[in-house]
Amino acid sequence: MTPHLPILIILPLLLGAFVVTLCGLWRPRTAFPLAILAVGASATASAAALAETARGGAIRYALGGWAPPVGIEYVVDGVSAFVASVVAAVALLVLAATRRMAAREVGDRPGLFYGAVLLMLTGLLGIVVTGDLFNVFVFLEISSLATYALIFMGGGRAMIAAFRYLIVGTLGGALYLLGVGYLYFSTGTLNMADTAARLPEILDSPAVLAGAALIFAGLGVKMALVPLHWWLPDAYNYAPGPVTALMAPIATKVAAYAMLRMFLTVFPAGYLAGATPVATVLLVVGLVGAVAGGAAAFAQTDLRRILAYSSIAQIGLIAAGIGLASPLAAAAALFHVMTHAVMKAALFLAAYSVRYRTAEVDIDRLAGIGRAMPWTMLAFTAAAVSMVGVPPTAGFFSKFYLVQAGMAQDMWGVALVVLLSGLLTAAYMVRILERVYLRKAPDDGAAADAADPPADMLWPALALASATLVLGLANVPIMTRLLIPAVSP
Amino acid sequence: MLDELLGRYPYWTTAVLMVIGLYGMLLKHSLIKKLVGLNVFQGAVILFFIAGSEKAGATVPILVDAGATDPALYVNPLPHVLMLTAIVVSAATNGLALALMIRIFEGHRTLDEREILERAPRT
Repeated sequence: MTPHLPILIILPLLLGAFVVTLCGLWRPRTAFPLAILAVGASATASAAALAETARGGAIRYALGGWAPPVGIEYVVDGVSAFVASVVAAVALLVLAATRRMAAREVGDRPGLFYGAVLLMLTGLLGIVVTGDLFNVFVFLEISSLATYALIFMGGGRAMIAAFRYLIVGTLGGALYLLGVGYLYFSTGTLNMADTAARLPEILDSPAVLAGAALIFAGLGVKMALVPLHWWLPDAYNYAPGPVTALMAPIATKVAAYAMLRMFLTVFPAGYLAGATPVATVLLVVGLVGAVAGGAAAFAQTDLRRILAYSSIAQIGLIAAGIGLASPLAAAAALFHVMTHAVMKAALFLAAYSVRYRTAEVDIDRLAGIGRAMPWTMLAFTAAAVSMVGVPPTAGFFSKFYLVQAGMAQDMWGVALVVLLSGLLTAAYMVRILERVYLRKAPDDGAAADAADPPADMLWPALALASATLVLGLANVPIMTRLLIPAVSP
Repeated sequence: MLDELLGRYPYWTTAVLMVIGLYGMLLKHSLIKKLVGLNVFQGAVILFFIAGSEKAGATVPILVDAGATDPALYVNPLPHVLMLTAIVVSAATNGLALALMIRIFEGHRTLDEREILERAPRT
């Protein structure tokens, strides 16, 4: 069983996508439980892989029995097992809340919706487990194509947002592919470990530098790094609520994982940080994004847009952690990948619950909703507090480790920017919470006849919100047992 | 200078095609022209891989005589296979993009991005 774990993370999702689509056309009611079953199986395999890698190191799987580097290899090590577990677990919790949402947003064909969701997850988890550079491109396109279709289901402006994302996302994929081409023609291999073994001899070649630059530009589009972020706010804003809640926590994080993989596995230590300015560019772009995203979030009044710009800011912090290029910083970035996935899922689920009950998204029209929907807003507030970085929530510790990693390299600017980004986060979150809790609800306002959503929409948001506290309290074992050993060479 | 241009003409062609594709994708307002630009860009990447697999004096990688397995006789087949996959991905992207465009056209009777954005409600 154990040697097959890498493929067992992918197979339930890929097969599930076809089964769910077909069964959904035949009996629409079967789509939701089948999708839960598929993601549950994948999450179980991811968790088993995480336990196994923490005990016995990386699991390598030669696809179809073709030995690497000729065949495609799946490699699950501590880093990929951790990211796969986070992605699958968050996706499972969000998915559990989507039954009613999907019925309202995408109508009588849940099979098509859940089929596309499973294809998106296939692509995202495929990027995480594969050890082959070209295979990353294929999975990137699988997840992207499913995502375009899912966003498009929103209708109206979502259609144009989906088309724009299709153009820029495919451009990002093509840039990545071109970069892989440069590396392939330099090394003659597509296997990541094999590339890493051959690169040290030819590091002076301009083709390797061009390859690295193109790969990072392509992944930067998918990760929505400033200044390649402009597709994101419209896509998150206009997509159907359940799609945003599924996509926002995990999709950009997987692109961040792919970047980290380039640092950890593909390029030799010191090449991206030192011999070339790739890491420095990533650090600067990340820090600029952390501030600019926070400032832009403060300027919005649409709840979904605030959360979308806040995602751009938090992705900036993750990029900065990768750009610092030390084991502690990489572990901090991974910790923030987990923290942000959990927080953003809770926030978007709560935001959608509010829209589900009141049809409102403008924060000025949500006065007093905190008393009308107490449990929903409790989940929102807990996640928001973690996002600001109040101890002992997980959000505090991811920022703490990031600052610590910056200090270790005498980069005081990192600490300043993290602090500033925390203040900006506090500013836009307090702006929401003040309206929601302190303002009196007008008689004809959204809060007049609102109530908490049904329990099946509520408990996943509350579970995710309480997870921010649990993961924060468990930060020491997560860092010292899982993350730091996984990223240390 | 001329030698540089002529000797590496596939790469210069690739670069020119990419710029044309980027221009279409980012600056044209018609959704169809954006998609055409995207295809030109993807075509450039495919051309880059195919040009990179070329070898002087080599032939297609099909085994004619049993035993003629000298790799110097054949062009590198792997980039061709990769590009087959990339073309499949590109075909899927085109199919999806055209499907999206049909639905957009049904709703707005136009494919001009500026006009659609003016009309579509902000919800």
